[in-house]
Amino acid sequence: MPFKRYVEVGRVALVNYGKDYGKLVVIVDVIDQNRALVDSPDMVRGQMNFKRLTLTDIKIDIKRVPNKKTLVAAMEAADVKNKWEKSSWGRKLIVQKKRASLNDFDRFKIMLAKIKKAGVVRQELAKLKKETTA
Amino acid sequence: MGRYKSSPLIRPINNHISQPIRVSIISPHCRFNPPHFTGATTPTGTMAPKDRKPHVSRNPDLIRGVGKYSRSKMYHKRGLWAIKAKNGGSFPKHEKKAIAAAPVEKPPKFYPADDVKKPLVNKRKARPTKLRASITPGTVLIILAGRFKGKRVVFLKQLTSGLLLVTGPFKINGVPLRRVNQSYVIATSTKVDISAVNVEKFDDKYFGKKAEKKTKKGEGEFFEAEKEEKNTLPQDKKDDQKTVDAALIASIEAVPDLKSYLGARFSLKAGMKPHELVF
Repeated sequence: MPFKRYVEVGRVALVNYGKDYGKLVVIVDVIDQNRALVDSPDMVRGQMNFKRLTLTDIKIDIKRVPNKKTLVAAMEAADVKNKWEKSSWGRKLIVQKKRASLNDFDRFKIMLAKIKKAGVVRQELAKLKKETTA
Repeated sequence: MGRYKSSPLIRPINNHISQPIRVSIISPHCRFNPPHFTGATTPTGTMAPKDRKPHVSRNPDLIRGVGKYSRSKMYHKRGLWAIKAKNGGSFPKHEKKAIAAAPVEKPPKFYPADDVKKPLVNKRKARPTKLRASITPGTVLIILAGRFKGKRVVFLKQLTSGLLLVTGPFKINGVPLRRVNQSYVIATSTKVDISAVNVEKFDDKYFGKKAEKKTKKGEGEFFEAEKEEKNTLPQDKKDDQKTVDAALIASIEAVPDLKSYLGARFSLKAGMKPHELVF
């Protein structure tokens, strides 16, 4: 089982611990065996331990330690945001966030919607069953 | 001791500035400023005592307790030499206000044998409980205890006792106009429009127990007859409920699903963690 996602300049990673938890960052340089220099359009460039990062499939085309401006332009060019939000991982995270922020009223409305959907599904199933047995 | 205000040139001087003992108790910085004008002396300047603005000290602090200018420098800065010169070499003095003789107190006729202890002073004022910021008129609340536990209910206003006035509405979930304690309630972020409802007339007295008529000592049949009378609600309370609810139900039906939401009870299901739920 070879590795597919490598730590390299331009690798987009998700922060999984600390103050910037949940943010997408770009690895901009490798400091040593354990740490990377990491940057993102909405944060100050800084070091992060690899243990705090989870690598994603997305990679952008940058040189080692670019300017903020260059970095932002490269991220736009590679369309990181949309790629992330379309990926199944990104979609899962969005759904998790939405579920966590649900109101009591929202949860009630979802319950009604679920019951309705289940009812429709069951009706269709009953119809199909009737056709196959008949 | 508070900081004394420094004086403008024409400020009249009080008698007690000449007493050094009093001045030395104050921090060195305050010495340079004369005490506050009491208003009893005749003003040497044109300003009336009350018009004066509070003046900042002319002697800035190097650090707390140490002024920049020495005693003699401040004498010159404040122009005390000019005031003295104006008054012929000495500070203007005013005659002391004659103290009115205190009314003669007669010795008391009666001395109590034991010392009576006086209760300590208590200046606390009774106030209604502080209302949580999340609870505003029209908020949907979840009642957590009592007969109506789990019911979702509309908040109307806070009464002077601190209790919250709440209504189902009655037609939707069977909760009447009722008082509820803030501690037994979860405030959700759902709000209902309550502007059409008039809740002025409801207060704690409305909900208090009615003063009982003098019951005779009759037992048996008498007792049972009285009890039956007390159980029914008076008609005017039912009418109050109807008027409050009519306006409310109209604004509730404007929001889809809100009516069935208020009719349903809240309960914790599997997987729900109350500390992680957003209400």
